[in-house]
Amino acid sequence: MFAADTSRALELTSGWFLENAWLAGLLPVIGFALIIGLGKRMPMKGAEIGLASMAATLVVTVGAAIQWMQRVNSAEGPGEEATGLVQAFGRSLPRAAEGGEAEPFIAPVVKTWVWWQNSGLEFGIGSSIDGLAALLLALVAFITLLVQIFSLDYIRNDRRYTHFFASITLFSGGMLIMLMAENMVQLILGWEIMGLTSFMLIGHWWEEEANSRAALKAFFTVRVGDVGLLVGTAIIFFGANQWAVDNLDSNGFNISAIQAWALSGEADTQFLLWGAVALFIAAIGKSGQFPLHTWLPDAMAGPTPVSSLLHSSTMVVAGVFLVARIYPVFWEGFNIGTGGLSFIAIIGAITIVIAALLAFVQDDIKKVLAYSTVSQLGYMMLGLGTGAWLPAVFHIFTHAFFKCALFLCAGSISHSGSHHSFDMKKDMGGLRKKMPVTFAAWIVSTLALTGVFPFAGFWSKDEIIDNVGNNGYTFLMWVALGGAALTAMYMTRATYLTFFGEPRGAAAGEHHQHDTDVEAEEHELEEATVGAPEPRSLGAAAATHGGGGSAGGDHDDHGDHGDHGDHGPHESGPLLLVPIVILAFLAVVAGFANPTPLASRFGEGVELIKTYVEPRAEAVVVDDFLASGPGDSLILVDVPAAAPAAEAEGDGAAKTGCGFTSPEAGTVCFFPAVSHAEPKFAKILLSLGIVAAGYAVAIAFCVAYYGRRDKRLVGLTERNKALRGGFLFLKNKYYLDALYENVIVRAVAHPIAKAAYWINQHVLDATVDGVGVGARRTGQWVYDNIDQKVVDGAVNGSGFAASEAGHAMQSTQSGKVSQYGALLFGAAAVAAIVLVIVNVS
Amino acid sequence: MLAVNFLLLAAVLFSIGVYGVIARRNAVMVLMSIELILNSVNLNLIAFSLMHGVADGQVFALYVIAIAAAEVGVGLAMVLMIYRNRRSIALDELSEMKG
Repeated sequence: MFAADTSRALELTSGWFLENAWLAGLLPVIGFALIIGLGKRMPMKGAEIGLASMAATLVVTVGAAIQWMQRVNSAEGPGEEATGLVQAFGRSLPRAAEGGEAEPFIAPVVKTWVWWQNSGLEFGIGSSIDGLAALLLALVAFITLLVQIFSLDYIRNDRRYTHFFASITLFSGGMLIMLMAENMVQLILGWEIMGLTSFMLIGHWWEEEANSRAALKAFFTVRVGDVGLLVGTAIIFFGANQWAVDNLDSNGFNISAIQAWALSGEADTQFLLWGAVALFIAAIGKSGQFPLHTWLPDAMAGPTPVSSLLHSSTMVVAGVFLVARIYPVFWEGFNIGTGGLSFIAIIGAITIVIAALLAFVQDDIKKVLAYSTVSQLGYMMLGLGTGAWLPAVFHIFTHAFFKCALFLCAGSISHSGSHHSFDMKKDMGGLRKKMPVTFAAWIVSTLALTGVFPFAGFWSKDEIIDNVGNNGYTFLMWVALGGAALTAMYMTRATYLTFFGEPRGAAAGEHHQHDTDVEAEEHELEEATVGAPEPRSLGAAAATHGGGGSAGGDHDDHGDHGDHGDHGPHESGPLLLVPIVILAFLAVVAGFANPTPLASRFGEGVELIKTYVEPRAEAVVVDDFLASGPGDSLILVDVPAAAPAAEAEGDGAAKTGCGFTSPEAGTVCFFPAVSHAEPKFAKILLSLGIVAAGYAVAIAFCVAYYGRRDKRLVGLTERNKALRGGFLFLKNKYYLDALYENVIVRAVAHPIAKAAYWINQHVLDATVDGVGVGARRTGQWVYDNIDQKVVDGAVNGSGFAASEAGHAMQSTQSGKVSQYGALLFGAAAVAAIVLVIVNVS
Repeated sequence: MLAVNFLLLAAVLFSIGVYGVIARRNAVMVLMSIELILNSVNLNLIAFSLMHGVADGQVFALYVIAIAAAEVGVGLAMVLMIYRNRRSIALDELSEMKG
């Protein structure tokens, strides 16, 4: 596959799973079709097909990930190829920064089929696997499988059980297709599949209007960003296409070509800037960044497994992935390498803080987690926007585990502890004794989320913060640290309200005291009548709950409520707990996939994500490019001639290498030389201290406010005007929803609608009417003159002629055989005589 | 000349056949007359074949005999059906096909 015409030709291994990773995108789609077609007739109503397809996908993706690691190892030199996982994990690779040899760029394994081509422009579909894709593919398949197992029990007896599994399988399929995209067209395809299926999943219980509105909101808000994706892809295409055709014999949709174009130094800065802006708007919409984050908490209207899948590894990560995938465009477009204050970093920092603040005023446990997700996505964006590519990607990885675990815990609580309610203030409290396993998993995941040593979030979030500071963004580093403290506080509040204190509402078993046999009917009634949850003070909620029912908007309605033999809160069944426990375990250990602070002690080999996922910022010679389509890899030969990327050692030192200086003629770069912060003990202590302070403040507040009902705190928002204003500001979500719906939609949409109506009535209708009248008149004339006279005349005339001819010939048809015979022979005789005369003369 | 005799005989047979087809009322007789015509043609074919020393005419005559057999089969079946329906095979009474 790779040419060996220099002394250091690169011989990279590949493998069946790497070559056939496209199966990971195809299998869920096949699974979807089978579930839709056959699901209802299967013994488990289609769930087994979903599980089987996702398990097969997991095998393919994990195989691809392992073979990718072998491929990276094989680049280190012949004879040293790692053969298995154990060996791969144990290897220590020399880094360029440590004086080792420059690490060659590892080309992705590409396999595509051209499905459309026009005037030299070819569109392929297939798979392109590099470290980033391999990591996230395996992650998505794994999380989806666990969520599906969780769903088996969680939505049992749901009225659209089969459709749920079909949608969730296709949803993951969309994400996988996007992750393995080799060109922007396939990326858009996967992106849009996710958009569609997220709409189906969020609106799974569309009978309630709030749910269908939430689904529509999610869909349309994301669509706003999708416009950015299409526009950005077009801008990049027009910018990159000619360069890609000239230099790589590729086209402007090919992601590798776009990366190389952006770093070539020949790219037009305007194209780069506006392309990056447009594509980042797409990422804002999909990843719930400020100011388009409003759809994400509303998306909690979907079933909890959907929320957990959406918010951990799929939908919302898509935007982050988009930025990480074509990172060179953003790197150059926003001047990240030279310390420019980028659009991405600003949006990320704003998102961290505003989402964390919003999480304080939510009563719905899932909405707390939703805003937490938004805030964590802000960290990822902040990392990407400040050049901390690796920690951001690593944070995707760790965040997926603990956030998925937290959402599944919330699902478990609502399923078994609070009678399908998610309202922490009304229906929870004191659940730690009733649900010990869920409680333990929740605590572990919370510690991971807040970045407590040594849980997963510590390693990734601290890395982001550390690198943000190291890259010169001191103010943003303090914002991120403040966000970490806020995270600790709102999670403490949620934990306290859910698991500590007095049991309230359904958690105290109240829901079941007065209804044993008419429950189903009453439940239906409640859902029909109860509107959005009202913020109430704690005592009032507890006192009135017995008669008040639970809040309709917070329900996970199951259609059928299953077994109600065991009333009151209890621990969930094994099908719910096993995925939670697995995820909680990973929330503890996942951080050790890239423990940068340990690298100084144990060598860089422990940084698995850094070794295998981060693309090497080395220039490569474009030796040749196979002409048979975008499906074939570049033939790459690494050149030691290109200046090795200098790690940022000192301030002010001119940086060289990919992303800083243009690669030499004939060579291209695919990834900028991002710098990595040296872990410092003091910084770690600082961030841990801030998190601990956040915990301390929050615990003190919770005990005083919710526990002892301290008079100085209760009703503070009613007494103090400033605090009340702040509370209402947060409670109304910064009035962004009001802004969008009342101001923008009304101010923009209503005049547009009016103008459109006027145009419709006066211009379009007049045109249509005019055309109609004209057409009718023309038709009448044609009917009178052409149809009646010419066409009908011809038809009638021929019929008349035939009829007359028949009458004229009628007399010959006497019916007498002998007469016919006489005529026959007479005619034959005449013909014979004529023949004789003709021949003789 | 021998061929002339054959041709004369064939012409006589042909004329008898034509007379039979036109003048006879009985359908069976008409069919037999048609056979006469066909055989007169066969006679001509064979005579010319003999005259030119080429076997083509004789082969063609064999075909005519086979076709004639089929034609008589169909014709007799029709006559039989007509007889069953009308108790008569007089052709001058058959004029339903009059236009």
